[in-house]
Amino acid sequence: MGRNLFDTVWDLHKVRTLESGQDQLFIGLHMIHEVTSPQAFQMIEERGLKVLHPERTFATVDHIVPTANQERPFQDKLAEEMMQAIENNTKKHGIEFFGLNTDRQGIVHIIGPELGLTQPGLTIACGDSHTSTHGAFGAIGFGIGTSQIRDVLATQCLAISRPRVRKINVTGTLKKGVYAKDIILKIIAELGVNGGIGYAYEYAGETIRGLSMEERMTICNMSIEGGARVGYVSPDETTIEYIKGRPYAPAGDEFERAAEFWRSIASGPDAEYDDVFELDANTLEPMVTWGITPGQAVGVSGRLPRVAELPDEHKEIADKAYAHMGFTEGQAMQGQAIDIAFLGSCTNGRISDLREAAEFLKGKKVSPSVKAFVVPGSKQVARQAEAEGLPEIFTAAGFGWRGAGCSMCLAMNPDKLQGRQICASSSNRNFVGRQGSPTGRTLLMSPVMVAAAAVAGQVVDVRNQI
Amino acid sequence: MPEIHIKVSSVEGKAVPIHGNDIDTDQIIPARFMKCVTFDGLGEYAFYDVRHDEDGNLKGHPFDEERYADASIMIVNSNFGCGSSREHAPQALARCGIRGIIGESYAEIFAGNCTSMGIPAVTLSPDEIKQLVAAVEKDPGMTVKIDLAGGVVVAGPHRFHFEIPSAYKQSLVDGSWDSTAVLLANLDAVKQTVASLPYLNGFQRAG
Repeated sequence: MGRNLFDTVWDLHKVRTLESGQDQLFIGLHMIHEVTSPQAFQMIEERGLKVLHPERTFATVDHIVPTANQERPFQDKLAEEMMQAIENNTKKHGIEFFGLNTDRQGIVHIIGPELGLTQPGLTIACGDSHTSTHGAFGAIGFGIGTSQIRDVLATQCLAISRPRVRKINVTGTLKKGVYAKDIILKIIAELGVNGGIGYAYEYAGETIRGLSMEERMTICNMSIEGGARVGYVSPDETTIEYIKGRPYAPAGDEFERAAEFWRSIASGPDAEYDDVFELDANTLEPMVTWGITPGQAVGVSGRLPRVAELPDEHKEIADKAYAHMGFTEGQAMQGQAIDIAFLGSCTNGRISDLREAAEFLKGKKVSPSVKAFVVPGSKQVARQAEAEGLPEIFTAAGFGWRGAGCSMCLAMNPDKLQGRQICASSSNRNFVGRQGSPTGRTLLMSPVMVAAAAVAGQVVDVRNQI
Repeated sequence: MPEIHIKVSSVEGKAVPIHGNDIDTDQIIPARFMKCVTFDGLGEYAFYDVRHDEDGNLKGHPFDEERYADASIMIVNSNFGCGSSREHAPQALARCGIRGIIGESYAEIFAGNCTSMGIPAVTLSPDEIKQLVAAVEKDPGMTVKIDLAGGVVVAGPHRFHFEIPSAYKQSLVDGSWDSTAVLLANLDAVKQTVASLPYLNGFQRAG
């Protein structure tokens, strides 16, 4: 039987087996941002260590960056302090930093791919759980904690146990109005928010093969929402074509050799897996979350579950969700009023997301009851959108057009829900308090569903509108 | 500063049960409190939004109950610590005095973060957790012991065999949980790996 990509890439990077039984794994690309790295620099400095491979770490700022006014110094003194810390740390240790004064700043999981830093066959680590995004290229991306950032800075390695690999085979054709976001929300709803613990997810099958790189990134991004630390897609011609010509990609003859290597590591048709899960894309509909975990999602035409009918292990969290959201068992999500529409994040803040939403919004107006805004995932996404005239479409429709950052996905910046506001959001987490108000409410959905909800003032089935 | 090399063979103390599945790291430490460049002040913000109402008044959370004051062991349910990879979560708990966690299951990154701080996160079955919580709620003064070397949780008359990934157990017991020194110990092997990786060598075909 053949090998899957995960095992091939892992073995390439395995330095040795440690006494604990974990593997020492070399990290090919390390990305850092301002929230989880300052303590790691402090730790290595306290121990008199240096950064072993500063040329393999790249930094940006995203979480705390204001999106309305990016003038320095930031009004928020704490945010300014964090900004200065990453500026100082990267300068001191010789790490390339894509700051606000460059045209390459943006959400860490958006800039890695767009700069060509993210490549097949790499191990990639970042102190952020959505590092699984980079797996869309056939890399192995790990979200890590700050002590592990310390390890990568000091040793370019992680001490880590090899997970099992589950193939998620998606077949069939997506219907109009159904997107990559709906595929991953369905997978999480089916396998559970803890179903992926101890697994890497390989997304495969004809449906995945037919997706663009940006769509594959959306799916891999939310692997962690299903408990899987790693999610990936084997590289193919779509991957190779995407990387070609990007600033940090190999060029010329080296690119041809690289492409040959990338093709060689893809999982073969007879590759072995620890588990396989099948998903039929033909029957998928737009998904909307109704609760407080990303697994609490229903098809937009469906009704919310009755707690009594749920498996025992889901009852308590469903009760909590109903208490927080104020929804009624058996109600439909269609017609649910919203207050805020947020388009952005590392899940859905890429150029294709903005194009699709803008296409839908042409000639339409945001409901007067809704505040809507779009936050490009990076400066390059913003630049491209500007070149295509997208900001004009958004602003004509009544969407605010902002600077690049994480924004209201996690609200570590001025973009926050107020009170019990309900937000139609293209982001990745609907946890209680996630969007900045302890009583705020989040409905996760695809970017086009967010645009449609903004216009209607309520959740609608986008399939009836396009 | 010397490398940290502390053997964690057992942890014991009073225990505090935190009820609920899927308690995410945004609940353990809301993002707005992560605007800091050190972990030092995080303790007071642990579970902040679960403990306080919008006016900052205490709502009644086990961390604020007199009977669980000074608890150093936390008892949790399933998928504890899901969501964000923020080490701020276990760092905040540690600053509230938590030294060990007993639960039904953990999110992977959270469990790894705990281990790299020297905090054992061990697993019992849902039924055993129920028994343990009942025992602690009945007698909050009871000492609960996570005997890592022995592989058991001991609480009064109760004795439960726990599970923990063998690598985590090994690294805690032998004091290698602070992995930097372990990883630094073999830089020659790292150099060999670097020399063999196609993308660090111009993608030249090996051999």
